[in-house]
Amino acid sequence: MSEATTAAKANSSVHEDAVGLWSWITTVDHKRIGIMYFLTSFFFLFVGGFEALLIRIQLMRPENAFISAETYNQMFTMHGTTMVFLVAMPMAVAFFNYLVPLQIGARDVAFPRLNALSYWIFLFGGLYLNSSFLFGAAPNTSWVGYANLTSLQFTPGRNVEFWIIGLSILGVSSILGGVNFITTIINLRAPGMKLMRMPLFSWMTLVTSFLLITALPVIAVALIILGFDRFFGANFFEVTAGGDPILWQHLFWLFGHPEVYILILPAFGIISDVIPTFSKKPLFGYPVVVYAGILIGFIGWGVWSHHMFTVGLGPIADSFFVASTMIIAIPTGIKIFNWLATMWGGALRFPTPMLFAVGLVAVFTVGGLSGVMHASAPVDLQQHDSYFVVAHFHYVLVGGALMGLFSGVYFWFPKVTGRMMNETIGKWHFWTTLIGFNLTFFPMHFSGLFGMPRRTWTYLAELNLETWNQLSTVGAFIFGAASLLLMWNLFYSWRKGEKASANPWGAATLEWSLPSPPRHYNFPALPTVRSREPLWDDTERQEVEAVTHAEPAEEPHMPSPSFWPVVLAFGVALTWILLMTHTWWMPLLGLALVAVAVFGWAFQPAYR
Amino acid sequence: MAHAAAIARDDHHYTSTGLSSWKVGFWTFIGSECLFFATLISTYMVYKGRSIVGPYPEEILDIPLTSISTFVLLMSSLAMVLALDGVQRGSRRLTLVWLGAVIVLGAAFLGFQVYEFNHFVHQGLTIGTNVFGSSFFVLTGFHGAHVAAGIIWMVTLWILGARNRLPATASLKVEIAGLYWHFVDVVWIVIFTLVYLIQ
Repeated sequence: MSEATTAAKANSSVHEDAVGLWSWITTVDHKRIGIMYFLTSFFFLFVGGFEALLIRIQLMRPENAFISAETYNQMFTMHGTTMVFLVAMPMAVAFFNYLVPLQIGARDVAFPRLNALSYWIFLFGGLYLNSSFLFGAAPNTSWVGYANLTSLQFTPGRNVEFWIIGLSILGVSSILGGVNFITTIINLRAPGMKLMRMPLFSWMTLVTSFLLITALPVIAVALIILGFDRFFGANFFEVTAGGDPILWQHLFWLFGHPEVYILILPAFGIISDVIPTFSKKPLFGYPVVVYAGILIGFIGWGVWSHHMFTVGLGPIADSFFVASTMIIAIPTGIKIFNWLATMWGGALRFPTPMLFAVGLVAVFTVGGLSGVMHASAPVDLQQHDSYFVVAHFHYVLVGGALMGLFSGVYFWFPKVTGRMMNETIGKWHFWTTLIGFNLTFFPMHFSGLFGMPRRTWTYLAELNLETWNQLSTVGAFIFGAASLLLMWNLFYSWRKGEKASANPWGAATLEWSLPSPPRHYNFPALPTVRSREPLWDDTERQEVEAVTHAEPAEEPHMPSPSFWPVVLAFGVALTWILLMTHTWWMPLLGLALVAVAVFGWAFQPAYR
Repeated sequence: MAHAAAIARDDHHYTSTGLSSWKVGFWTFIGSECLFFATLISTYMVYKGRSIVGPYPEEILDIPLTSISTFVLLMSSLAMVLALDGVQRGSRRLTLVWLGAVIVLGAAFLGFQVYEFNHFVHQGLTIGTNVFGSSFFVLTGFHGAHVAAGIIWMVTLWILGARNRLPATASLKVEIAGLYWHFVDVVWIVIFTLVYLIQ
């Protein structure tokens, strides 16, 4: 080990990454793409948060008119759409990108250029979707876009067009990303990195990727047939011609429920890596946690109609979905008990990443329990479309997914930047988030049960809902301020944070054997892995580090930068966007650009 | 030292499964495509028999004609198998002949589809006539678009072959194109059965 390390120190400044804007636009490096994914989704987090604050100001008083009803519709639609498609999903993908190759011992993902393509399509889709505000035509039919409210008859403007096209563009990005990560994890694990030795985060990335490639095509078809109704006069949701609006609900939730596991499983993966690190114990029941994750992925496909208990599908269908929904609580509960058992008797430390991880376990469980409540069809009839449901899914998606992602931000920031995040600001961030979050969403359980419906612009004073709403509004502003602390902490720590060593937390998994930040080729040579916790065994750690810190005589040959991904992404987005001209041949111009880019790409060698 | 071997190993082409990543990735993509077509086909099945006005499927679908076009498409899969065999044998002539056959048969299938669509429109069935028209044209149209994309792919490979750029060592390119082509064929068999044969 010593020879290699000495050599590494002597030559550490020889290999410098390319710099400049163009190098980022043409990059195919998974780490840079991960950083771009993170920054973009972080930006959209504040966009979506701003929309939420406008909603909360509007609901602060009964019969308020701070924003108009039409603007309000646009706000809750764009808040939901943004937080799901432009924040939670891409921020998880940022972690997939940065971490999966490092955790499994690969130099990059299986298809680096495809990876860049996914990012650029996501960026163009997100910008396009939000550009609708410039035309005063932001989507306004809620993030579920139920037919036939979305028909030309009931929503004649451009709003729904922006939504259909925006989500279609984003869906392409997700499917390509899913293909890439499945291939990477199946095929590019370092020698000895058996599936059952992989860090839990990589495991959950694999399960999530399978959900991505299977769920996204379903929403794609739903959006396509809705688009055919609107653009070409088809009858899919036209009741007078035999069309069936309920089909939309089935297709949407057939996608939508796997989607909620797409949002939560990455967070589960993150804290399954964080909790063992700060408990100084291997994850309790590793195989069971893995199988529970896979089981959630499978059962997640069989619960969609619990979103539709009020449709009247009949007692047999309702009973089936009640049962399947209650069953999915079992693997979820297994995970929670395994996290608790990991902490049990461990040498616990509570820096910020651990605080957020434990926060997730507590807060997500509250949301999980209210989920089991409306798994029961008769109970759901009372709660459906009320603020109780809003409370439930914010507990699982903010208290679950977002807290998990925040935990990951604090945990892996040193690996990405080579600097520690500030602990003082971090602790302030955690506690203000926890307080602000609960103050926002806990009262919604009550306002919901007392009869406040979702997606309602205002309410009457006689309903006595004002106090609950005011608490929520105050909480939302605390939560918003807390997020500014995170922004400040990221910026401050990036500039001035304490220097981080390769493994500042004493974690067990492969990515911590690399220098912080890793070199652009990650691994000078592929290490051989012999256990689940390669860095917690002194012999194995020394063997691995002898490889990962070595200074190779010849730098590994890495894929070359390419501008075709950004061109192709533009072509894909353009093809969809030109549909808005309602001229049949206009999208062909976009397709022509796609064709040029595909051929340019195919005939440009990946390694030059 | 044990790891010295690891450093020396040529890990450029190393994969955990021993399979090419292109193949694993493309099978994954086909998995995704399965869900895409499954959803389109389900949509068609949901709307079966729910049209309020005609033309109805039994009045307009031509089974003998479509049987011919189905046969043509299936034969293109055979040609695809032979084209891959040609590449793997390193025979430029066989490669070009059979890739050419795939292109011609695929184009013939599309020709049948264009004729069929045109004929239906003249009979008064458009995408806006009834739910049968909507679901039929969207389902078969997306399948046709997949065939068209496949033909462009095959033409590209044919040109590569003609320029001597498809040696036996590059047979994976043809193999993956073949995976796509066979998949699109299999989808058609399902569509032909559910839409045309079982009315």
